[in-house]
Amino acid sequence: MYSEKVMEHFSNPRNVGEIEDADGVGRVGSPSCGDTMDIYIKVKDGIIADVKFRTFGCAAAIASSSMMTEMAKGKTIEEVLEITRDDVADELGGLPEAKMHCSNLASDAIRAAIEDYLEKQSHKKDNSR
Amino acid sequence: MKRIYMDHSATTPTDPLVVEAMLPYFTEKFGNASSLHFFGQEAAEALEQSRKQVAYLIGARPEEIIFTSGGTESDNLAIKGIAYQNSGKGKHIITSVIEHPAVLNTCAHLEKDGFEVTYVPVDSDGILDVAELENAIRDDTILITVMHANNEIGTIQPITEISKISKEKGIYFHTDAVQSVGKIPVDVNELGVDLLSISSHKIHGPKGVGALYIKKGTLIQAIAHGGEHEARLRAGTENIPGIVGFAKATTLAKERLAVDSKHLTELRDLLIKKVLDSIGHSYLNGHPTKRLPNNANLRFSFIEGEAMLLSLDMKGIAVSTASACSSRSLEPSHVLKAIGLRPEDAHGSLRFSLGKDNTREEVDYVVESLAEVVRKLRDMSPLV
Repeated sequence: MYSEKVMEHFSNPRNVGEIEDADGVGRVGSPSCGDTMDIYIKVKDGIIADVKFRTFGCAAAIASSSMMTEMAKGKTIEEVLEITRDDVADELGGLPEAKMHCSNLASDAIRAAIEDYLEKQSHKKDNSR
Repeated sequence: MKRIYMDHSATTPTDPLVVEAMLPYFTEKFGNASSLHFFGQEAAEALEQSRKQVAYLIGARPEEIIFTSGGTESDNLAIKGIAYQNSGKGKHIITSVIEHPAVLNTCAHLEKDGFEVTYVPVDSDGILDVAELENAIRDDTILITVMHANNEIGTIQPITEISKISKEKGIYFHTDAVQSVGKIPVDVNELGVDLLSISSHKIHGPKGVGALYIKKGTLIQAIAHGGEHEARLRAGTENIPGIVGFAKATTLAKERLAVDSKHLTELRDLLIKKVLDSIGHSYLNGHPTKRLPNNANLRFSFIEGEAMLLSLDMKGIAVSTASACSSRSLEPSHVLKAIGLRPEDAHGSLRFSLGKDNTREEVDYVVESLAEVVRKLRDMSPLV
């Protein structure tokens, strides 16, 4: 059912955990629909310096989170925002049709984290005025 | 790597004695039971002998057994057969909310065809509310169909209580006994049912064969039309090798019932106790005692069933989950919903269904592995 890549990321997920002093946090999904993803980012000079996740969900959701974090790490915010929902699934060697929403969730989660970061940044600017 | 199978409610390995009994009917005894010549008569004899064996398992008469392609077809034949035969009397059917899809979707099909269906709820243990069922009965009710034991949570339904009511009111009563046969005593007279579905591959018989018990004097309409097979109720050349294998499986099941059921109950209780003792935030779904000897449906907070299933699979352990994530529809299990579980709890449930060849050592290994899997997934979960 799943590609080797999905099973590999599911068995050995990268970047699991949370970042205590994260610059941005994104939570998407809800436990009732079966998936919840938290993504934490640390941003340095416009680059995703560190990223961690916690996910409640199926193997596809966990593998998508793991893959997303790998894809985002070291990239600029602009580059990460260009990652599409399909890109995560493609990098995983494809996902079953019914599981495509899992990869969508992962890209939504990192977007949410970046938005959170950008919002905090604008507050900081506001305050410094 | 060890390979441990704990998914016997999905299917069972065919017993080698069953395979042995079937083999001649593929080759030298290949006849069509409808043929008048020697080859045909040999097959016809095997067919009638098999009918006796299957009837004996459930306390029926041979002429009350119709062979089908399995549990799903038996349910279809029973429900549609009674519905179409009695649509002149009424078009109301009563069932439960936790039936197998073979029953629920057959009822849904009849609803499109002008029948009305009442779905009776169950309590938090998964036991049908008999008073609610009695209240649901109307003048135009023609059929009650309630499963003997549930396929997901293993709860055993009060079939004799329901059959008393159905007899009093003169309403036909069908039960799907696919999961209960071979695990607990199933006797059509004691249960008091008019129709009962059974399946071969759940009791170490081959796939693709089953039977419907139809109490003598109960008229039903055929749903497949063709030759005059199976008392004109099920057209199509009989699957003799399958039927012979099924019959052998019923004979073995009858012989082994007392021993198997004791062994399964011990293993089940050991598994449940060890899991609940050693894994925090774990719970048993379904009734603690009114359940199949081989069923343990357990749920684990904060994590999802498919992830657990695949992690166990990598450790050589085969179980099943009704998590939405494992289904195409992404809908949580209708059974777990019906017993009042929140969606996130339904997502975190696993079904362990034991078989006669499982051992205590396997249970130990499964619980150890499960504890590891749960720990690893909880470390990843944002809900903990």
